[in-house]
Amino acid sequence: MGHFTLITTREYLNKITNKTFILSTFLTPLFIVGLIFFLGYLSSLNNETVKNISVVDETGFVYENLNSSEFLKYNLLENFSFEEAKTISETKSDYGLIHIPNLDSPKAIADSISFISEDSPSFTLINNIETQLERILTSKNFKIEGLDINQINNSKVYVSLFQETFEGEKTTKTDGFLKMFFGMFLGLLLYIFIFAYGSMIMMSVIEEKTNRIVEIVISSVKPFQLMTGKIIGTSLAGLTQFIVWGFLFFVFSTIVTSIFGITSMPSNAGNASIMLSASQDSGISSDSLEMIAAFINLPLTNILIAFLFYFLGGYLLYSSIFAAIGAAVDNQTDAQQFLMPITIVLIVALYAGILTVPEDPNGIVAQIFSFIPLTSPIVMMMRIPYGVPIFEQIISITILFLSVILIIWIAAKIYRIGILMYGKKPSYKELIKWLKY
Amino acid sequence: MNNILSIDSVSKHYGNFTALNDVSINIPEGSIFGLLGPNGAGKTTLIRIINQITQPDSGKVFFNNSELKPSHIKNIGYLPEERGLYPKMKIGEQAIYLAQLKGLDRSVAKSELNKWFEKFEISDWWDKKVTELSKGMAQKVQFIVTVLHKPKLLIFDEPFSGFDPINANLIKDEILELRKQGATIIFSTHRMESVEELCEDIALINKSNKILDGKLDNIKAKFKSNTFEIAVNTSNVGHLKNQLNTLYNTSTPTFKTLGDNLRLNINLKPTQKSNELLKILNDNGEVIHFKEVIPSASEIFINSVKNN
Repeated sequence: MGHFTLITTREYLNKITNKTFILSTFLTPLFIVGLIFFLGYLSSLNNETVKNISVVDETGFVYENLNSSEFLKYNLLENFSFEEAKTISETKSDYGLIHIPNLDSPKAIADSISFISEDSPSFTLINNIETQLERILTSKNFKIEGLDINQINNSKVYVSLFQETFEGEKTTKTDGFLKMFFGMFLGLLLYIFIFAYGSMIMMSVIEEKTNRIVEIVISSVKPFQLMTGKIIGTSLAGLTQFIVWGFLFFVFSTIVTSIFGITSMPSNAGNASIMLSASQDSGISSDSLEMIAAFINLPLTNILIAFLFYFLGGYLLYSSIFAAIGAAVDNQTDAQQFLMPITIVLIVALYAGILTVPEDPNGIVAQIFSFIPLTSPIVMMMRIPYGVPIFEQIISITILFLSVILIIWIAAKIYRIGILMYGKKPSYKELIKWLKY
Repeated sequence: MNNILSIDSVSKHYGNFTALNDVSINIPEGSIFGLLGPNGAGKTTLIRIINQITQPDSGKVFFNNSELKPSHIKNIGYLPEERGLYPKMKIGEQAIYLAQLKGLDRSVAKSELNKWFEKFEISDWWDKKVTELSKGMAQKVQFIVTVLHKPKLLIFDEPFSGFDPINANLIKDEILELRKQGATIIFSTHRMESVEELCEDIALINKSNKILDGKLDNIKAKFKSNTFEIAVNTSNVGHLKNQLNTLYNTSTPTFKTLGDNLRLNINLKPTQKSNELLKILNDNGEVIHFKEVIPSASEIFINSVKNN
């Protein structure tokens, strides 16, 4: 076995047999799924409590038109004055009490309806009550004015735009939301991974340096081999983690789709169109179906391939920098000084992506950031769900990988000198001097 | 005699700092060679050049008469002064890994390692991690890692530091055994008593320059000052003392003896012979002590560095 293979294998095995690594590989998806279920459970918990609302209806026509829902029940308090009703309502521990006085016109009534409750009610609850009252009082008004309600309803027009891209791809509001969400998710994922794995490499370099084992290792291999072996070994560990997650995701989504009966079929236009065969009793709402449909409509193959390239490129770029930093310093505290600029660049990339991409995915700012190699992995990954021309992606990836070669070359120089320098923290000036040694 | 290693006019600079200035050293095959010098003299830089960790700015290094190249790595074993192993890797695995980096096959490395572990009676350490070992135990493992691939040239930088006397002796015996099997050993150390005990050849580096090298015996002969320690038991101390003072340069004794009444250090001129001095002493009383002062490696070291 060659040196490089030996080093890469050791780094890889060392990472994937690490307890923390194994735990995080299997616990992270569990944690995410668990979190989703937990949040779902919490919100269902919130909805399950039935809210009783007593109504003192002095008009005699409002209550009969109020529609109770599963979680919101209107109860009429007949033949009680408002003051009496208050006491009764409070002893019954109702959620609230509506008082509708009997006045001359629906407009006058509307102006003097009051709602009393112990807590301040939620926005949706107030909205529910107000909408219903508006509906009831409006139709009363129509009747008084002698207008035919059916006629009015029939002449109403509802608009829902049929959205499509120039390529003929259907888009919906859900699509836009999902693209934004998915893009940010990918960008954030890259950001987290660059940091997590980059600092893993930095720690590993610092460890070898402070243990002085590096002196023994580089008496057998070239520092460049050690550095690249370390980077590749760690990135393979990262990929392994991704593959495991991808597999878990696949298994999970297969289970979900087989339960809810959603299938994806390519249409004759070549675009993925969705056959929704969810039966009425499956209990899944049309919103969720639309969401899943929009997800399958994303350019998933492009996203996957681009993600692999940007993951590798971004990772190689940053991890070489992290390796060089690790070599230049003696301990983690000293590393902060050099980590700062890197952190700033990554955060700028993240925010530039979050702030500009959903607004205008092909805007000039988003475009510039998706060509700069230090920011392109994050920003471009945020843009791709919206659809980015392939040649643009190829140019960006080419720039990225050329920069990777340059940065590795620089990092290797710093690494070679740094790992044998002990005692003092070098300045930027000294680092530049090392490039000339 | 064949030189296993020839360092030919090697210089190395770091920016404005000169780490080595035109250093030439020959290391005879099969010798135990002492590479001496104060802290910061350039020893570590020289060792790193031999290990091909760094490249010299000018000059060449020859291993067995051919210019040093990466394939020579497997013939060299290096125990650095600052030691370390991977803290979280199992001892056996990491020793095999390091041996593989030196070009050994995995299976060979494993069987060799087993032999050493049995020899040191530490076979049960195989699956332990370095963090579970004491410093001395880790040093033993490190020593094994250094010699596992049976290198022709062994470089030990302060090999005995961190060992208790028993283990230091064990390591010393192993080093002598390796030498008997044909290995050449370079010692870099500040411990002059081990230089005195083990080294036949030395080189002294100070402030980036080699200031002294050769056979330790020859160097000692060169540095000796024809001084003799004498102690006699005589009936006439004053007379003998006067006689010696007129014939020789005498000085206050620097040694201790018992049962005498005259003790002196006597410095002989090149024309004066030691047997003449002995005759005078013999004629005047009973000779208790008569010894030529041979400079110790330590004295040579201190004097050379001071005068440099």
